[in-house]
Amino acid sequence: MALANRVMSRKKGYSRQGVYVWFMAPAIVVILAVIIFPWIFTLWMSLNDWRIGMQSEFVGLDNFRALATSSRFLSTIPRTLYFTFLSVFLPVILGLFAAEVFHQKFPLRGLLRGIYIAPMMATPVAIALVFTMMFHPQLGVLNYLLTLVGIPKQLWVYSADTVIPTLAFVEVWQWTPLVMLIVLGGLASLPSEPYESAMIDGASQWQMFRYITFPLILPFLMIAVILRTIDALKSFDIIYVISQGGPGTASETINLYLYLQAFAFFQVGHASAVVVVFFVIILALSIILLFARGRLRWNR
Amino acid sequence: MESVTQTRKSEFSYRLKKLLSRLALFFSVIVVVSPALFVFLWMLSLSLKNEVDNIAYPPVFIPNPPTLDNYLKIFRESNYVLYTYNSVIVSGAATLIALLVGVPAGYGIAKGKAHGLGMLIMIARITPGLAYLIPLFNLFRFFGISGSLLALTISHLVLTIPMVVWVMISFFEDMHPELEESALVDGCNPWQSFYKIAVPLARPGIAVAAILAFIQSWNNFLFGVVLAGRETRTLPIAVFNAMTFEQLSWGPVAAAALVVTLPTLLLTIFVQRDIVTGLTAGGVKG
Repeated sequence: MALANRVMSRKKGYSRQGVYVWFMAPAIVVILAVIIFPWIFTLWMSLNDWRIGMQSEFVGLDNFRALATSSRFLSTIPRTLYFTFLSVFLPVILGLFAAEVFHQKFPLRGLLRGIYIAPMMATPVAIALVFTMMFHPQLGVLNYLLTLVGIPKQLWVYSADTVIPTLAFVEVWQWTPLVMLIVLGGLASLPSEPYESAMIDGASQWQMFRYITFPLILPFLMIAVILRTIDALKSFDIIYVISQGGPGTASETINLYLYLQAFAFFQVGHASAVVVVFFVIILALSIILLFARGRLRWNR
Repeated sequence: MESVTQTRKSEFSYRLKKLLSRLALFFSVIVVVSPALFVFLWMLSLSLKNEVDNIAYPPVFIPNPPTLDNYLKIFRESNYVLYTYNSVIVSGAATLIALLVGVPAGYGIAKGKAHGLGMLIMIARITPGLAYLIPLFNLFRFFGISGSLLALTISHLVLTIPMVVWVMISFFEDMHPELEESALVDGCNPWQSFYKIAVPLARPGIAVAAILAFIQSWNNFLFGVVLAGRETRTLPIAVFNAMTFEQLSWGPVAAAALVVTLPTLLLTIFVQRDIVTGLTAGGVKG
């Protein structure tokens, strides 16, 4: 068949590979305009001093030097990593548990799974607004629920100490379902033989999970970790709507800082340099995680 | 005699164990689902209560009597009809264009093994949204179309095209090549074998790609908040503004939030199984 194809395409005078370029051509044109052009523009602008409405001036690496000494920018990095850590670690634990639950059979499973994954498909702004109302220190329903179980009222996003965990709480609420779905896909693909022989050998539930399930779904978990890391680093809607980076700059992540530089102060050059640094951070973390994933595979 | 009691005993303990594990599962399901359920029910509750009940403390959980005033209010007093129209046009057009260019591209990448382009889409996926927004904002100003629905639609292509291409690559790669290959042997050119055979076969995949791209675009806030003008606001931006201007007017805000998010929740029902494909690789977020 393959040979016939090759012969035939030779006869018709087009190579199999070459012809498919035409299928991609329209997409390539659009991608050049809306994706590649912005990349190049950003790289170039990161080397210029340009405030919208002013003349732009080539300044080399000055923007990057300014960033390296800007304490406001530098403080956004550990803050972003803290937020990201919470938004990756907790969903992995909770998502693993939820996947184990949804892997069982029980009545109304389809409907309940649908409800469970609704948060990640819902409009983030809508979710953020509802949480804003729930976090209200005096009238919010969450503080009421806390007092019911004897926990003192919290300030949630109104205190610099709790704002990042609170925002991460919303992020976790919204994105744990994605981890659950990825792990659930992993669980569905597991072979049944190891479990059968483990049952015969009298292994406990926990042992089966620890020595069979967990190693087998580790690659899926790593995919979830990588995705969650990338998206949590870039999280914007929830933070912008709920706290606007406040109180003060207590929840100003890299992305929030970037937004302010670009669209509140219109410092295009400075903001472009932030984009470049931000991209490098995301890329570096993704590569480290991909590498960790490769190592995990290697060890098995 | 002894062995009979033994079996009885072990049967009893087996049943007890089974009952306990059912109970444990039952409680686990409740624990897992209730946070999601609670937030959506609370949203619904806020939207159906009057202002007095909404800011009452301790909170009123069940609207009594439920009222649709909040919904009437947002559509009567604010321009939600216009904002809904804007959202439908922008997300609809961005999805349609993405399908027109993205479905063939996905096919080309899958069949022509163009992994370079696939890689490029992965990089697009990890790039922060603001990296596109700053250049596009200036580009639109240069062409004098900033604040228009056209500019918004173009910017949303950044979200929808990678999504469509990525979902389509995985569908076309999973598709059995026999039919198209025999069509090629029978004298179809690659284009004919694409739109006469591959596209009809990939219809479910195209539907998934379209729905996921549409949801991604519909939910987008960042692009709209920067690019939209007063008259071209999409729904998420309108809802956000409602909150900032009416601090404690929770009923209308909750109603508006529910109006924005309801279409995405309904569409999700159709793509439950394929969400992972779309969200792992397609679409730029944040």
